[in-house]
Amino acid sequence: MSTDGVDNSKRRFLTAATAAVGAVGAGFVAVPFLKSWSPSAAAKAAGAPVEVDISKLQPGQLMRVLWQKKPVWIVHRTDKNLEDLKAMPDAELADPNSEIPQQPDYIKGINRSLNDKYLVAIGLCTHLGCSPTYRPEVAPEDLGADWNGGFYCPCHGSKFDLSGRVYAGVPAPTNLIIPPYTYTSDTHLIVGVDEGAA
Amino acid sequence: MSMLEKTLGWVDDRFPLTKMWKEHLSEYYAPKNFNFWYFFGSLALLVLVMQILTGIWLTMSYKPDEGLAFASVEFIMRDVEWGWLIRYLHSTGASAFFVVVYLHMFRGLMYGSYKKPRELIWLFGMFIYLALMAEAFMGYLLPWGQMSYWGAQVIVSLFGAVPFVGGELATWIRGDFVIGDATLNRFFAFHVIALPVVLLGLVVAHIIALHEVGSNNPDGVEIKKNKGADGKPVDGIPFHPYYSVKDIVGVIVFLFFFAAVIFFAPELGGWFLEKDNFVPANPLKTPDHIVPLWYFTPFYAILRAVPPIGVSQFPGVVAMGMAIVMLFLLPWLDRSPVKSIRYRGVIYKFFLAVFVISFIVLGWLGTQPAGGIYLILSQIFSITYFLFFILMPWYTKIDKTKPVPERVTSK
Repeated sequence: MSTDGVDNSKRRFLTAATAAVGAVGAGFVAVPFLKSWSPSAAAKAAGAPVEVDISKLQPGQLMRVLWQKKPVWIVHRTDKNLEDLKAMPDAELADPNSEIPQQPDYIKGINRSLNDKYLVAIGLCTHLGCSPTYRPEVAPEDLGADWNGGFYCPCHGSKFDLSGRVYAGVPAPTNLIIPPYTYTSDTHLIVGVDEGAA
Repeated sequence: MSMLEKTLGWVDDRFPLTKMWKEHLSEYYAPKNFNFWYFFGSLALLVLVMQILTGIWLTMSYKPDEGLAFASVEFIMRDVEWGWLIRYLHSTGASAFFVVVYLHMFRGLMYGSYKKPRELIWLFGMFIYLALMAEAFMGYLLPWGQMSYWGAQVIVSLFGAVPFVGGELATWIRGDFVIGDATLNRFFAFHVIALPVVLLGLVVAHIIALHEVGSNNPDGVEIKKNKGADGKPVDGIPFHPYYSVKDIVGVIVFLFFFAAVIFFAPELGGWFLEKDNFVPANPLKTPDHIVPLWYFTPFYAILRAVPPIGVSQFPGVVAMGMAIVMLFLLPWLDRSPVKSIRYRGVIYKFFLAVFVISFIVLGWLGTQPAGGIYLILSQIFSITYFLFFILMPWYTKIDKTKPVPERVTSK
């Protein structure tokens, strides 16, 4: 084959154009493969709201339910707990007034709850997702004399108070997440449904 | 011509069988002064083959399903004939893999095996190391015990620390909002197909690159620079039979230790199989003390040593990633004119010692609870770990080296 008079720039153009079209095609083909990694319809549906009966939860007790496969804690706080929370110095906490939106808009104040008695929070550390341990006792040896109950993460040592507010200077950056929830009666609440939406 | 020769000739006309045998074994000239440290490459290959074989057998009885996985592993251990042996070979093999790979890498550090012209061998090797870490991590989820579950939860959450897209990225990797069935299934797919294929490809590339430039040796002398009249390196001996036979001795010694672990201490006191992993995964409760397996703990300690900036965990994650990236950069950080530690000066020896100590101490710290003195120590040793690399262009340049001999020595 003679190569005389070959227009190389045309060949280069055609090669580049073919490669570009091929790359775009490959990009489109990649979409289903990448998208298939996202949570399936079933996984999303598993995020359905969960109704919880809290009538048997005694003061000081913690119960766990699963919502979106995550542990959700419901803690029945004692009056003493609520007083301790009020007395908690702001300086010890990273975000005492919950300014970072780790809770629905309708959750306000230092108690971070709809009904002050009950804390509802997602029981996963905001650091790397371990489930902290409930440590309601006052001034245990390992957590120091100032400890008035709260949550301690065994993985990396983060500490939270009984409102799920994170202590300053621990690995976890933010307060525990408060899920959307609402009360259907005095003793029943639904996790996963916004207050006022049910 | 015998039948055998005829057949071989027939094949050789169609496939370079004899040519490859010569190139890679019977006429691959390796330096004659290899020492103890040169066992670990072939041992790594042995462990790889063993992991693939035992892995295939385990797959025959294992069920990658969140409801069945834990019980299927117990089924392998109790009910499948010889299942316990195959599983312990695989679980001990994972740790053995890292033992030999770490020693193999340390050999590279000592004798400058990553230096020109072997940069690509080192890079392929580092990619093997990365793929191996991914392989080990994903494999550890499969028994679906407490440590499997929460270890994966922590590591996948690391991706959540990436700014802006982190949360979605972590969900995408898990395929669910927490570690679940979707995660288990895809990790299984990666562990049994995707990563082994990548690993094998990389191992082939590693060896082809090695055989292209030739092996380094404890003296760091290029044997190809000194060839005899026959065109063969005077300091080289054919890999087969000389080193194939030598490596068999290494294999046997390795198997003494390997069998001792398998038959007498398959969990090795919690170092090879953690006790919390004998409890089925429970999304409601994190074990009191969660630690990765020993081969990840140095990097885990570095992760925990770096404090967050504001609300972002990203700095710790970056530091952990950089600890590995630094190793990739070694061929370009090292400015020393000599390869082997035998002819380097005291400064390099000092820094290498500091590095080894840092790595080992960090490995121990990664198994300890976070906070207090452990945290401070982690920070100190993380800094010394990085200093080995960051100061390397400087200290390798000013270090006083000794003259390198023309020929390899035998001591």
